[in-house]
Amino acid sequence: MFKVLERIFKDKLATEKISLAGSDRYRGPIEGSADGDVLKACAAVCPVKAFAVSGEDYTIDYKKCIFCGRCVEACANKVINESGLQHKHEDALPVLLESGQEVLQDVLKEKLGRSLHVRHLDAGSCNACDFEMGAMSNPVYDLHRYGVHFVASPRHADMLMVTGVVTRNLEQALKMSYEALPEPKLVMACGACAAGGETYGDTYAVVGAADKVVPVDLYVPGCPPRPTAMIMGLLAAADMLKEKMK
Amino acid sequence: MMTTIMPEAILMAAEKMSAGGKHPLTAMFGRDETANGVGYVIYCFFEIPENKTVDGFKVVFNSNGSLEYDSITHIIPAAAWYEREIKDMFGLVPKGHPDLRPLVLHETFPEDFFPLRKNVKVNAKVRGERQFKVRTAKGEGLFEVPVGPIHAGIIEPGHFRFSQAGEAMLQLDAKLFYTHRGIEKTVEGKTPYEALPIVERICGACSVSNTWSFCQAVEKAVSVKVTRRAEIIRTLLMELERITNHVGDIGNIPAGVGFNPAISLGGRLKEKLMRLNESVAGNRFLRGMIIPGGVSMDITPELCELIHQVMDEVADGVEDMSTMFHEQENFQNRIQTTGIVRSQTAIDLAMVGVGARASGYSHDSRCDFSYGVYDELDFKPYTKTMGDVAARLLVRIGELSASFEMVDKLIELLNDCGEQELSVAMEYIEGSGWGISESARGSNFQYVALDGDGRIDRLFVRSASYANWPALPIAVQGDIIPDFPLINKSFELCYACIDR
Ligand code: SF4
Repeated sequence: MFKVLERIFKDKLATEKISLAGSDRYRGPIEGSADGDVLKACAAVCPVKAFAVSGEDYTIDYKKCIFCGRCVEACANKVINESGLQHKHEDALPVLLESGQEVLQDVLKEKLGRSLHVRHLDAGSCNACDFEMGAMSNPVYDLHRYGVHFVASPRHADMLMVTGVVTRNLEQALKMSYEALPEPKLVMACGACAAGGETYGDTYAVVGAADKVVPVDLYVPGCPPRPTAMIMGLLAAADMLKEKMK
Repeated sequence: MMTTIMPEAILMAAEKMSAGGKHPLTAMFGRDETANGVGYVIYCFFEIPENKTVDGFKVVFNSNGSLEYDSITHIIPAAAWYEREIKDMFGLVPKGHPDLRPLVLHETFPEDFFPLRKNVKVNAKVRGERQFKVRTAKGEGLFEVPVGPIHAGIIEPGHFRFSQAGEAMLQLDAKLFYTHRGIEKTVEGKTPYEALPIVERICGACSVSNTWSFCQAVEKAVSVKVTRRAEIIRTLLMELERITNHVGDIGNIPAGVGFNPAISLGGRLKEKLMRLNESVAGNRFLRGMIIPGGVSMDITPELCELIHQVMDEVADGVEDMSTMFHEQENFQNRIQTTGIVRSQTAIDLAMVGVGARASGYSHDSRCDFSYGVYDELDFKPYTKTMGDVAARLLVRIGELSASFEMVDKLIELLNDCGEQELSVAMEYIEGSGWGISESARGSNFQYVALDGDGRIDRLFVRSASYANWPALPIAVQGDIIPDFPLINKSFELCYACIDR
């Protein structure tokens, strides 16, 4: 008993302000430029076909990107002494479907009066996303302070948070959970598998991204997204829900 | 070279190989070698601890012969799942198997669909119907409790069917493999380098271990040896992954009884470790570090310094957690004598990892095999004999102290080893090999065969949880249903890496 009390006094508050910044090696979204043929080489190594090139420009589909760093590596192998492509050391921002827009960092500014009940659904993930979801409830991120709660049943939820590429063995469970959600309902595709569906390619056992099975409102990039990126997405979802309730 | 036998000889060969249970079954899997005119083949690997290796035999089914063989499950119970999986994937039927239900493929797949046969396309979208009956016990006053596949918490999907006699669990049947993604099929035809991001994503929690087993197998197949510096870094990464997982687990087991101070301390410590992982590898799961031929990035002196610092903080926290567990009598009450797996059961099921060691079965690939630089770390498996939740918790705590020491030594070795290439160039040629590494959950075995173009012809992944899952229904028997989450967490079985 004493140890419990001792630790509580010693540790004090662990909860931090949410920051999207990562460590020096952190592989976040890609910035920089390179010549067209270098970019082509970058696109060729992308394992999930997220890297698209047109002329001297490139776009990255962050719904699919698994942040493996191969494009940056390929670029570094081709361009010497020049800057080329690099990773930003921060989280990629969530994408809203309706506007196709990125969620602005503003959502992090604390607002009161928000509430969101979330039901998690692992539709075929490698469990990395699930572990990060669990981490959101640790004292450092303390998700509850934003009024976001995980609930035990889809019937109690405002939103379904889907992780993993939808497998054949779970397709029905996803459909049924979606149907069980009361209106108004939201679906978040969390991580490259649920959002982009390309991580393992197209196989006999896979249906694909979550939006192949249920309508998705919000995509959170990352493989897996860090808890910070997930929280961004959840706060944006809480705002969307408020709009829907009006 | 493995001995080749005909299907009629399988029982005898298996009996001889296992040497009365001295050599546990490591893995059993099929392969389609019809293109080479051989036919379907079953590979059986057994561990030979005295030689620090695995050995086994191939059972060849002639293309026009029968696809049946005598099930070995009644002499080697650990074969039960493997035989079911081979039946699902290749259509080879084990005669006399006590449970011939499907394992991997659920109701929406037709009966005659065998996805790992080469004549099936990787993206074959075949639909049909098959039966998948969940087992229940019948009797007066007995009732069923169905749970899952979608659970109340944030966990992976699986369906559990409890047959209850009041509060006591009489029987548990688990229907798993919901997250089956066809990984073994999707990597076929890819080079090992192309397949790597997928292998890293078999399971989030064991990225390092899975990747390391894979790379060992590939390096054996093409006879490449990695540099010493790379070996040290790999070993260090593996221990970091183990520490992260063990800390996560000792913080998660108390969640089975709502012991909150321990849960939140565990959560804080794990977060520190995840951030350390990010500083080392650029992501929180240590992905992208281990590559065929070596490692992709160095662990610099600054990072070593950071590792030291975090290890000190975490070690301190773990010690306090251990005291908390010890002082909390009601917690001890819940974890002692709960979810017992007897030593003989652990041996019969060829259990691995923490699950085995907590039941007095000393099985640890870091000692049983020779890889990385474990030989230099002077290390003994940590065992307990009770086989209950408490024992599995204590084994983790004991192993954590050992791992903290190892990390210190590894950093010393790294400093002494000096500059060396981080990776050697790989040229992919025809060949095959196996790899094994001890993850936080137990030994992860992989087998890789490369074709003439150096592309993957067969990848087989046997994770630690695959060997340990069958022990769970045995462990829960007779315990009360509110203890199930606790027992389940104490094994920390993974779904993603068994389902693949
Ligand atoms: S970082 Fe993203 S875009 Fe670049 S290669 Fe990897 S998956 Fe493709």
